[in-house]
Amino acid sequence: MSISRAEVKKVSLLARLSLSDEQLDRMTSQLGDILGYVDQLSELDTEQVEPMAHALDFANVFRADAVQPSLDRETALANAPHRDAECYRVPAVLGE
Amino acid sequence: MTSFSAMQWVRQLTAGKTTSVDVTREYLDRIKQRDTKVRAFLRVDPSAALAQAEAIDRRRKAGKPLGLLAGLPVAVKDLLCAAGEPTTCASRMLENFRSPYDATVVAKLKAADAVLIGRTNMDEFAMGGSNENSAFFPTHNPWDLSRIPGGSSGGSAACVASRMAPLAVGSDTGGSIRCPAALCGITGLKPTYGRVSRFGLVAFASSLDQIGPMGQTAEDCALLLEVMAGHDPKDSTSIDQPVPRYTQSVAKPLNGLRLGVVREHFGEGLDPEVDLAVREAIRVYQSLGATVREVSMPHAKYAVATYYIIAPCEASSNLARYDGVHFGYRSKEERGEARGEDREKAGSYFAGSSPLIDMYCRSRSEGFGDEVKRRIMLGTYALSAGYYDAYYKKALKVRRLIRQDFDQAFGQVDLLVGPVTPTPAFKLGERIDDPLAMYLFDLYTVSANLAGIAGMSIPCGFSSQGLPIGLQLQAPPLAEERLLRGAAMFQRATDWHTKEPNLG
Repeated sequence: MSISRAEVKKVSLLARLSLSDEQLDRMTSQLGDILGYVDQLSELDTEQVEPMAHALDFANVFRADAVQPSLDRETALANAPHRDAECYRVPAVLGE
Repeated sequence: MTSFSAMQWVRQLTAGKTTSVDVTREYLDRIKQRDTKVRAFLRVDPSAALAQAEAIDRRRKAGKPLGLLAGLPVAVKDLLCAAGEPTTCASRMLENFRSPYDATVVAKLKAADAVLIGRTNMDEFAMGGSNENSAFFPTHNPWDLSRIPGGSSGGSAACVASRMAPLAVGSDTGGSIRCPAALCGITGLKPTYGRVSRFGLVAFASSLDQIGPMGQTAEDCALLLEVMAGHDPKDSTSIDQPVPRYTQSVAKPLNGLRLGVVREHFGEGLDPEVDLAVREAIRVYQSLGATVREVSMPHAKYAVATYYIIAPCEASSNLARYDGVHFGYRSKEERGEARGEDREKAGSYFAGSSPLIDMYCRSRSEGFGDEVKRRIMLGTYALSAGYYDAYYKKALKVRRLIRQDFDQAFGQVDLLVGPVTPTPAFKLGERIDDPLAMYLFDLYTVSANLAGIAGMSIPCGFSSQGLPIGLQLQAPPLAEERLLRGAAMFQRATDWHTKEPNLG
């Protein structure tokens, strides 16, 4: 499977990246090379194989449902690029 | 003069033959002399390091109990959080980030009375095999400054190789401890997935990431692993099994050791000098009484393809957190919070989208480097509607086949032995425009991460150009003791691990 420039542009929006025309061209060709290489996986018949998402066979890991200390507001906000006394500040969600 | 290894320093310190302040000063002096050439460190704080050393010396003098690493300088890869300090991941995205808490590994280093001497350079977000993806500067290979140190823990490997720290912490998602250890001529261990807590490790690919020790010898790695390993309630994927006293067992040879040589790891693409050094190392094991048999890993050749789907998928998800809101870089162009003129400017990027989304896109595009963007794009694509089954799910199925290859091999042998990298260190800039060639360099290492097993790199020779060559040992899950003993046994019979680069 190869990837088109239009698909790369669409994926860049999904990934919240804006790529210049020159970056889009290069990304299209590099992703094409990588996906071309990855295509060799289709040689393998994996119909009967269970996917393995994780190396450990854990099911669920539980802990007591008890209140624990967590970051206080000031610490949590300390790294915010833009904030007021209590909240993160963001640009408008909806455009005009 | 050769430098003491970490364990030799520990013995000197315990016997009162030197002080932590003297040891720390010696390493700080070497950093001052050598790091202008090697550039292994992102940050060194000499006064903070000396203050820690003084405090430990005082406690030692007062006869107070001390931790396993008491007074020993340790360098830490810049992706582990340390409370109140920067953790940059060698990215513009986190250049001004200060960790709100200690990673469990950092807390354990502090509890073991290590002197945290500095933070090491790396490929941005641990993505890369050459250290050239650091947003700040590339680290150089101490054996040939025109060459890469390997990555992504290249700073950690280079600082141990140039004796600017006796021990360093690295992380390995697809070979990021083992490859730079091999290319810099040091010893590095990637533990079993879950052996060391990942809490406070900046995530790249959460089902593959593992923190591990890097040092001059297997004994040194045993020491650091003993400090770092263990279950952590803050990491639900950490394994709840007791931690063996690796330092107590490491010197015991493995009698009747059965070694497996993976047939598929000696094919096309393996540099003849690496091939020769690895085969010579296998003969050393035979002379120590090990039996060697060939094993087949029929899915080995699919490991890179599998890895470069799974790791980017996980990365695209993990790195979605960098939104310019909670922490990390935010585009300067969006300071004016929805003021009319800013919105207009932002709107030109994606017509019809929101100022908020524009801010995300700008911040991420300006904050991430090329390789990180490439992997986010690859992962986003492979997880997107219509492609999930063909790429991600397919890769997860092949991952199981790779794990089954290992399970079968370890039914017949105790350790697998082979090359770490296909060639010795290449030149800086040589592969920077060819990501696929860069990925193929991980051919022999990624499968251990996919399977979750333990792996190690130990020095086993030099190329005709004087570049170090590594030998890879791999062990079943939680067999780190066996791995370390196997490595130490080799190091007692050889002296490759004692060689030091000449940095003038």
